[in-house]
Amino acid sequence: MTDHILRMTGITKTFPGVKALQDVNLSVRRGEIHAICGENGAGKSTLMKVLSGVYPHGTYEGDIHFDGERCAFGGIRDSEHAGIVIIHQELALSPQLSIAENVFLGNERAKRGVIDWNRTNYEAGLLMKRVGLRENPTTVVSDIGVGKQQLVEIAKALSKEVKLLILDEPTAALNDDDSAHLLDLLRGLRDEGITCVIISHKLNEVTAIADSVTIIRDGRTIETLDMAADEVTEDRIISGMVGRALDNRFPPHEPKIGEEALRIEDWTVHSPSQPGRKVVDGASLTLRRGEIVGLAGLMGAGRTELAMSVFGRTYGINISGKIFKNGRPVEIRTVQDAIRHGLAYATEDRKRYGLNLIEDIKRNVSAAGLSGLSRRGWVNEHEEYAVAERFHKSMNIKAPSVSSVVGKLSGGNQQKVVLSKWILTEPDVLILDEPTRGIDVGAKYEIYTIINRLADEGKAVLVISSELPELLGLCDRVYALSEGRITGELPRGEATQERLMQLMTQATTTGQE
Amino acid sequence: MSSTTPAAVAAGATGGEPEEPKRPGRVSLGGLSLNLRSSGIYIAFALIVALFSVLTDGALLTPQNISNIIVQNSYILILAIGMILVIIAGHIDLSVGSVVAVTGAISAVLMVNMGVPWPLALLITVAAGALIGAWQGYWVAYFGIPAFIVTLAGMLLFRALTLTVLGNQGIGPFPDQVRTLANGFTSGYLGNVGLGPLGGADLFSLLVALVAIAGMVVSQWRTRTARAGYGQAVEPFAVFVVKMAAGAALILFLVVQLARFKNLPWVLVLLAVLVLGYSLLANKTVFGRQIYAIGGNLQAAVMSGVKVKKVVFWIFVNMGVLAAIAGVIFAGRLNQAGPTAGNMFELDAIAAAFIGGAAVQGGVGKVVGAITGGLIMAVINNGMSLIGSPSERVMLVKGLVLLAAVAFDVWTKRRAGAAA
Repeated sequence: MTDHILRMTGITKTFPGVKALQDVNLSVRRGEIHAICGENGAGKSTLMKVLSGVYPHGTYEGDIHFDGERCAFGGIRDSEHAGIVIIHQELALSPQLSIAENVFLGNERAKRGVIDWNRTNYEAGLLMKRVGLRENPTTVVSDIGVGKQQLVEIAKALSKEVKLLILDEPTAALNDDDSAHLLDLLRGLRDEGITCVIISHKLNEVTAIADSVTIIRDGRTIETLDMAADEVTEDRIISGMVGRALDNRFPPHEPKIGEEALRIEDWTVHSPSQPGRKVVDGASLTLRRGEIVGLAGLMGAGRTELAMSVFGRTYGINISGKIFKNGRPVEIRTVQDAIRHGLAYATEDRKRYGLNLIEDIKRNVSAAGLSGLSRRGWVNEHEEYAVAERFHKSMNIKAPSVSSVVGKLSGGNQQKVVLSKWILTEPDVLILDEPTRGIDVGAKYEIYTIINRLADEGKAVLVISSELPELLGLCDRVYALSEGRITGELPRGEATQERLMQLMTQATTTGQE
Repeated sequence: MSSTTPAAVAAGATGGEPEEPKRPGRVSLGGLSLNLRSSGIYIAFALIVALFSVLTDGALLTPQNISNIIVQNSYILILAIGMILVIIAGHIDLSVGSVVAVTGAISAVLMVNMGVPWPLALLITVAAGALIGAWQGYWVAYFGIPAFIVTLAGMLLFRALTLTVLGNQGIGPFPDQVRTLANGFTSGYLGNVGLGPLGGADLFSLLVALVAIAGMVVSQWRTRTARAGYGQAVEPFAVFVVKMAAGAALILFLVVQLARFKNLPWVLVLLAVLVLGYSLLANKTVFGRQIYAIGGNLQAAVMSGVKVKKVVFWIFVNMGVLAAIAGVIFAGRLNQAGPTAGNMFELDAIAAAFIGGAAVQGGVGKVVGAITGGLIMAVINNGMSLIGSPSERVMLVKGLVLLAAVAFDVWTKRRAGAAA
């Protein structure tokens, strides 16, 4: 019998109204690198949160056996104590502290409460040597690159005598050299006997490094493949990740496609936090009136960044490229410019960027189109009420009245408020970022119907979505984005989940700056 | 910001939120449903007035005392109007006390030392206040320094400027017109009328009260019919009548008491105009709406096309203007611009805003609420001094009231949050 360091069996995790995980099983052999693959929202992160105790024992069903013992973690401290360390994609370092201080944060080398700096820096140096980080232990973390920061995280994990190291998308923010170094390091750790679980969208890396791979889809385990025994190719993994049938979840729609509404050419955006890194790299796309266009891409591909940089440069620095509206070049430097040129952007994060949760429906609906409801700076409140009431009915917003506070509505109804807000500005082009995220199936159908209606009114709609079936069911044409580049464009007839996934995971061979 | 946060993955995976709308902090009295969080402040004010009326054997509500409360607190109330807008936008202004001092000093130098005609001097002083506001607004809105720091610096800067301008001594006396504005009353243009057992009262003041009541009823009635015309639900006619009658009774009581003393204080007229104007600004103008949008969710406001920097800049300019008006009135009342004028006024104005229902995180608050908050403090001050409490006890009570008011706000919000 094989020696499993970790066995998770029958894990079911329910959130109000949604089953995030259903009877998931995961077995990891001692001393292997085990990859977990799945679409965005398949449940990978939820599973890792169950394992690391973020969701404590008792909030889920099922059993976890780690290192031969049944576990009931009450929090992250318990799981770390057992030897499980998770490194999130967003690094949890304190940027103004030194490397050594970060490595021993919460685990300080101290004598009677006084820190022993010699020992701290000496031991940090040893750990840094193990992970191949050539820096002075006293260097401040914000002065080193993301790749090296990742290594600091791993050194920190090693300082805690880790047995199982979990890395969530470790290479998503790294360039090719740093990625290669990290993968080498993981192989080295495996040889030292540390088991690794790696969550990754980069299938070439998975096939290169993993000993086995578990595929999760819609909150269920689909299969676990042994890379040595089975013939596992990237295509094999892709078919496991997407293998679900399309059903009648989409309202029928006959597109009436007109002239070009918006064209973006050679659009390049740099990351504000890492000025050298291109988040969007030479992207070009065209939207036409009456057309619903999809934008597919995995986490970190730059979808939202592309949309926000176009919408009044609300993301990114050193933005270059051209925007054409109705064939004429336009300058869009602010959100006001964008709205004036008939653009609307409904954000993927409704609560943070889309809504004023403490205000009522009518004031949220009027937030972007207030100038149309006012004369010489005075708001016509009756007109505002009437408009909100119209959307209340036409969008079927389920709330007692338009004076209901938006923070108390369900996700689907909040999304309808966001859409109403933008429709009020009478846009020609709507960019909808994850329009159905966190929304139940029935409300999704309503949102799709609204999107179809907008297209029929002659508006161009760009839908950004992590759910491939949604893009296939809704869109007349789909662009695929990978690492900031448009890697392909498929019309409705030719788009399949497999082909899109291939384009989305296609590594750009040209090196990054 | 990006699509790459793990939290976003989790949100995508987890999805739905609970649906049931709860209504915490609401009480039902027959057909009347009251939102405790928004109307608690007015109930509290009524209770405090009632309490001190009893404790002072009615001295609190005598004609002269009402007049005193208004005149003695007018400058704090004016500051509170500007402060509530600053706080709704999610900022703070610690410098208003010093701005009151420096604008008072400027007006004194202009009117007393340089002999500039008082209307022109007033105009220049207000412009100076606007300039001070613009200075602070620039650092907050365009340079991105937290308002706490900018206005803390301003507190020192403008106090230093006051001392420089005044040369560490008071300047006075002010022209009579300015003193009248700050401390005086409308003349008895139409003579007195007898009100039976209440004695004589100023006819002009009473007519003003009747006009105010008529204005209130007509505007409320027009709003009501317009709402009904747009198919909105309106409160039952009986409730409307009761509300109007209560409002009319309040105005009438206030003015009759004042008319029995010395007619209407000019600062009350000014305050009424400011309260009305700024209430309209906050609720019915695009600018006002944008203040709430910025305080409610800054990022959402940015993404909705609100020119956040510009709005924040003008809020501070406005604060400077109101501080200048308060500065002239305060100096005029004392008949002297002094180096310590306006000391701690910022704290009173901020306390008024928070007692009046503003939220620490911004996005919530009303002009009328801030005025009520200021009046609560004023009544506590005045009532306690009438019953002879020592000043340390007044301070103690005011501190506890401020803490209790914000604790109440946080508590109702937490209950609301638990439901969402």
